[in-house]
This record gives sequence, structure tokens and C-alpha cells, in this order.
Amino acid sequence: MSASQAAEGLSIVLTGSGGAGVMTAGQTLLEAATSCGLYGLMTRSTGPQIRGGEAAAMLRLSTKPVQCPDDKFDILLALDFENVQRFAAELPLDSRSVIVADPSAGEMPAFLKASGAQVGYVEMKKLAKTVAGGRISMVALGALAHVVGLPESAIVEAVAASLGRKKPEAVKASEDAVRLGAVNAPALAVPKLRISTARPAGRWSFTGNEATGFGVLKGGVKFVAGYPITPATEILEWLAHTIPQCGGELLQAEDELASINMIIGASFGGKPAMTATAGPGLSLMTEALGLAVASETPVVVVDVMRSGPSTGIATKSEQSDLNIAVYGLHGDAPHVVVAPLSISDCLFTAQWSVHLAESLQTPVVMLSDQSLGQARVVVDRPQDVTFDTKRLTPVDPIEVYERYALTESGVSPMSLPGMAGGQYTADGLTHNARGTPSSQAQDHVAQMDKRRRKIDRFDFGEHWAEIEGDGDLAIVTWGSSTAPVREAVARAREEGISVRIIALRLISPPQPKLFEAALKGVRRALVIEQSHSGQLWRYLRAHYDMAAEIVSIPQPGPLPIRPGEALAYIRKGAQA
Amino acid sequence: MNMIQTQPHAYKPADYKSAVKPVWCPGCGDHSVLVSFQRAMAELALPPEQVAVVSGIGCSSRLPAYTNCYGFHGVHGRSLALATGLKVARPDITVIVASGDGDGFSIGGNHFLHACRRNVDLTYIVMDNRIYGMTKGQPSPTTEPDWDTAISPGGTGVSPFNPLVIALASGANFIARGFTGDVGSCARLIVEAVRTPGFSFVQLLSPCVTFRDDQQKEWKKVTHEAMVPETDDPGRAARRLMSDDGFNLGILFRGHRAPYQPKPLADLDVARLEAEFAL
Repeated sequence: MSASQAAEGLSIVLTGSGGAGVMTAGQTLLEAATSCGLYGLMTRSTGPQIRGGEAAAMLRLSTKPVQCPDDKFDILLALDFENVQRFAAELPLDSRSVIVADPSAGEMPAFLKASGAQVGYVEMKKLAKTVAGGRISMVALGALAHVVGLPESAIVEAVAASLGRKKPEAVKASEDAVRLGAVNAPALAVPKLRISTARPAGRWSFTGNEATGFGVLKGGVKFVAGYPITPATEILEWLAHTIPQCGGELLQAEDELASINMIIGASFGGKPAMTATAGPGLSLMTEALGLAVASETPVVVVDVMRSGPSTGIATKSEQSDLNIAVYGLHGDAPHVVVAPLSISDCLFTAQWSVHLAESLQTPVVMLSDQSLGQARVVVDRPQDVTFDTKRLTPVDPIEVYERYALTESGVSPMSLPGMAGGQYTADGLTHNARGTPSSQAQDHVAQMDKRRRKIDRFDFGEHWAEIEGDGDLAIVTWGSSTAPVREAVARAREEGISVRIIALRLISPPQPKLFEAALKGVRRALVIEQSHSGQLWRYLRAHYDMAAEIVSIPQPGPLPIRPGEALAYIRKGAQA
Repeated sequence: MNMIQTQPHAYKPADYKSAVKPVWCPGCGDHSVLVSFQRAMAELALPPEQVAVVSGIGCSSRLPAYTNCYGFHGVHGRSLALATGLKVARPDITVIVASGDGDGFSIGGNHFLHACRRNVDLTYIVMDNRIYGMTKGQPSPTTEPDWDTAISPGGTGVSPFNPLVIALASGANFIARGFTGDVGSCARLIVEAVRTPGFSFVQLLSPCVTFRDDQQKEWKKVTHEAMVPETDDPGRAARRLMSDDGFNLGILFRGHRAPYQPKPLADLDVARLEAEFAL
């Protein structure tokens, strides 16, 4: 990144060992930058320890909205060097980067030296000791603020806001420490952030997981059951305190088998219901997802994907649950799979998921992932979206009722307990239109046709994908890979390469006609995704006839796909 | 308290029966459970549409479709979880769970513990025949250790599970045992189970006439009404359940735990939650 661009934004990473306060310092920095009119993104990386242990708070601050990490870090602020090498692969630095460190921290790890980054020292530990109650992280933030051109007051106010006004002594100590850091900041050639004095109105700060929670509530969810699992737990925690305010309930289940069955029960009772989990939990839920398909019970399951298989890397991202989400159910079990296209889009896609589930009386799996769910963004307030979400119910009074009537749309009116005359038994057994168990071929086929039909005939509208640009080179991507690809496409255009981007929000059912139209005139399509086996690419090959030359570019987790990497693929793809 | 509202007009047991013909073998105890259920519902005068019967997989779990109530025949072992979601979301509906010894105590064992512990207002009827009938005769957690089957030649050698003791230790609020040879008593136990708030567990010894053809005659001989009245003292109930012969019938424990039912606040405008994010 050149100096002139850097003024638009900076990527900063704060590292330190357990108890150094890295995460709090990162939050404070994000808040301070936000108060100066910047947009921002903060992701976190931690060691395997439950408490303490090394940590990295990775921020990207910018005058423009940002939804993914940049190619490298402009600044690494090391509170100490303990175990920082564990993050080596996650912390790209180069000779234009700068490292701010404490001279008492000891020998600088080899990977940092090798980056060729310019190093500046501040005696954080020593200076912190000169202030009663002074913390190293506050001295560090003071120095950092000076280096990047954030006013000390912004840092102090952010600290005060997080400490609360009730602790004036702690605020004073922080203020003194921040000032000391600023005064003693090293002189480093870093372009200053372009800031404004006033906080812009209408900005929101949320994580993808929080946005998902808000999305399902906006969609009308009234019942949630879930079992703790990294990196999805924050969805449940956010909903636990918010859903009661919306007339709903959240239950912590004994396991994922219970969570999915609980939400099926609640939905059978007429309450839109959801659960959130990660890959291992989704594996446990697949049997009951089939039950939701067969019994035509709407539910939303959010899978915040992490590196797999098995326990994998619980705290790091990957887009490798596409296969299980689409194909995991036994039998022929048509259902819906969607994926948010950015951290902010978790809000929309979650709301849409509830709409789809309720309209189609079928399970919807939303594939979020760790890089979306656990990242915090500061963005402009998202646009409000409304759907006419209504579960089809029978007209009162119910005379002759067939729960699984063979309608033209495939969707049949669903009675709810309490409706007289609407009694039926929902069943995972093959059944007839009345719902009575049947092992007859014609009932099996008629009901399978109906369940397929309701999904095939549904108009998913423009939301199925986001398509931009033209040219004969296209990138097909999905979910969290979309944001870095978008940035890469923008950079490619600056270089004069025209690229089309097709980002799929609706994974299943496939939309062959729409996809064919989107690919019209494309000579070559690059399929960029974060999996080892090219799960999206294989899925596309299975479901779409594609005239273009298709190039699979699978990149497994846990490292994020960076815009520069996607740009390199585009440059190569643009060659004849 | 229970949300049951007695209706002014009387219901007959037949009002709770559907037109679907049971798959059960002639003479199976589960037929008697169905009749007991119908009688109990009529006694409680619950409108059929206000009742939901939830089950898993197995012979016993076929029961919902044979009733004229709402029903959910779900996957193996998960009926209690599904019923918990339904009851918490719809406290106005009376939820009865039908299960068997394999469905409820083996594959569904964990949910049994947590349903007892959670104490949601459910009635859990387990038709115990000490065998997997639908898959044609394999040992269940309540099967005697020396019962010879193709999958366990010479018997499992594993001691059976005592579900009533587990229920008590896990916090169930009502524990009873019945024998399907006496439909009237089974119906009464179901009535009391439904009337008692919280999680009510009713074990109904329900003979399998096909794979356990000894049971019906034997159980008729060995079952007996409990000698002492029901207790609300868990300590006393524990001693009694630990020492009983497995054929002691009646209400064996009835506690006073308040049922679990989260109370949602007012249904406010979701948009208010924007305050969570707005800077």
C-alpha cells in the first residue's frame, strides 16, 4: 500500500500475551477511530488457552466502509513478544510496515525481523509504572494514536466510555498513561489517518453474529434453542437478552440433537424458530433436518462455519460446510441453503432465511462463518428491508383438512395446535395428503414431487446473487469470500481489467436460468472459495451447464482470502 | 399451575380416536395404552385440538396418529426435546409424550435426564416392554441381562436401567407406574400426571406379545398396587424406588417443583433493538 493510499486507511494489529489487555485496547482503538469519523473492522485471533494466552486484535480503519482484512498490516504494536510467532502466518508485514515495540520486550522474533519493517520503540512498561494505576496497553495506545494521527482525547474518551463515568480515578490514570505514550511515541514514517472532528450520525457497530441475531428477530423468530459452540455462541448470547423483549424465548438445550428438535416442536406450535451452531453441531442436526423437510416444518439453522473436519480449528474460519449443508440429509430432501455475503449482510440474509423458511415450510440453513460472525464492523446503518412473511394456514372454520394437500405451489396450509378441525400428525414417515403414514409408491412420489415443487417454483427474486460488472472474465464466489473478491475486482478495474462478479447468496436450490444469464458473454470464470476440495466449484459443475472455461481456485482456511491474492488470480485470469 | 380448561360439554373416549388402524400386534399392551389415553382425555375433558401427542420411533411411538389430537411422530429418541420446544412455545397446549424403553431410555436417554431436570409441564408415557419390538427383538436398557436374543446370544450380561430412580434423581415432579392389564388404573395415572404441573413420568408396563410372550401372563401375576400411598418426600421415594421389585404400581412420587416456563416480556417493536448497535 502506497503512502497516499494509506491515508485512506490503515491496518493495525495489536499483539500481546495473556492479561496484556490486547482485546480491550483493540476495542478502544476502534471506538476512538469511529468517533473520528472512520469506518472500521476488528477481528481477533487467540491462542488455544481458555483464559489469557497470546492474543491479536486486528483492525482495519478506513474512510470508506470495509468488510474484510487488507493484504497486510501497516502497523504492528507489540505489547510483548511472547508467543507472537504463533500468529506469524496471520500477520503479513512488509518493509513498508512499522513495528512499535517495547525495548524491554527482548529479542524480536525472526519473522518480524525478516519482514524488513521499520521498528520504533516506546518504553511502555517503564512509562506505565510512573503512573499510579497506569496500564501498559494505555501507554501503547497513546503512542499508537500519535503515530497514526488520532487525537489523544479520542482514546481517552473511548476508555472513559468503556470504564464508565463512575471510575474517575481509573479514567485519570488512563488519560495520564495515554499522554505519556503520545509524548514518547517514536517518529515513524506512517501516513496519518484522515479524520474528522465529529462523529458521523447513523453509524452502527456490530459483529456478524449479532447482526444474525437481529436479522432473525426482524424476520419474526419467536423461539430459539441452542447449544454452546464456537464460533456461534454469540448469536445465542445476543438473542438470550433480546428475544424476551420481542415476546419470544430462548432455551439452552442439552445438545444439538435437542436444539433442532426443540425448534421443530416450537415451529409445529406456530412460532417461527431458529438455532445457531457450527459444523459439529450441524452434523448432529442433520437427521432432524430431514424430519423438518418431511414434516414440512419451517426452521432456520445458522451454521457459523469453522475449519473442519471434526473439531478442526474451532476458532478459525473456513467455507467447508457447503457439502453437508446441501447434501448432508439422507433421502431426497429438498431444502434451502443460503449464505450472507458480508459481515453486514448477516442481517439481511438472516431475516431473509426466516422469510424463506416460513413461506416454504421447509428448513433453511444459513452458512455464515467465523470470519463473518466474530468480526466487528462499523458501518452505515443498514437499509430496512421488509418481507411479507406469512405462514400459510387453513381458513377457519376447517371443514375437511389435508395437511399435505397436493397444491399447485407445493405449499399446503399448515394448521396449528388449537385450531379445531385441523388436527393432524406431523410425520417423518412417508405419508399421504392427509398425513397418514403410507408405504405406497404413489404417496411417496406425490409427496416428494410436492416438496420439490414448492422450492423449485418459488420466486427467490433478485436476492439469489449479487452481480456486478461486465467483461468476459467472471469470478463466481459466495459467502465470506465475497468481500475480498469485491475489493480485488475494484482494484482490477483501476488497472483497466474489467471483471464480472457473481456472488451467490442462494446456494440451494440452484438457479440455472439466472446463472446462465449472469454468465452470458463470459469466456472464463474463476471460482474462488475457502475450502480445500473446491466444494462450490464441484457444486456448480453438478448443477449448471457452463459454456465458459471454469477455473477452480480453492483456498482452505484458516487464513483469510486477501484482496491482493484474489487480484493476482484476476490478473492471471485476464491473460489469454 | 396447569393451563387446562375444562369444557362445559362432555367428551367421550371415542372423540380422541382417529380412523387410522394401529400397526400393533393383536394383544399388544400398546392398544391398552391408547384406550387409557382416550379415557384420560375424556376424563380431563380436553378438546382434542388443545392436545398434542409427541413421539419418537418404535412401536409405542406410533400412538399419535391413532389419536384425534395434534401429533408429531418425530425421529428416534428425540420426542422429549421436540415436546419441550412445543410446550415452551405454546404453554396453552397440553403436551403428552409417548415413548418406549428403547426410544426413551437408550437413544433418548440424555433427553430424559434433562427433561426431568428442566421440569417443563409435560406428561411422559413410556410403554416399557423390555425389548425393541419394531426391529424384531433386541435387548433394551430395561431388558433382563440373561434374555437371549440374536444380537446378544446368551443375554447382554448388563444390568437393566431403573428409569424411575433416574427420573427421581434428575428432578421429575411426578413418577408413576402402571400395567396395561388394568386400563382403568393406567387412565387414572395419566389423568393425575396431566393434572400435576411439571414433568410427569408414567412408566406403563406394556407387554410385547410377539417377542416377549412370557410377559403378559407373568406381569399379571407379579404386578401389585403400591402398599403405601404416594409421597412428596424425595428421600423416602428414593428408598422406595431403589428397593421396589419393578412391579409396584401407582403414583410413587409427587413433588412440588414449579414447572419451567420462561415468561417472555411484552412483544415490543423489534426496531427498538437498533439501540444495541447505534453509535
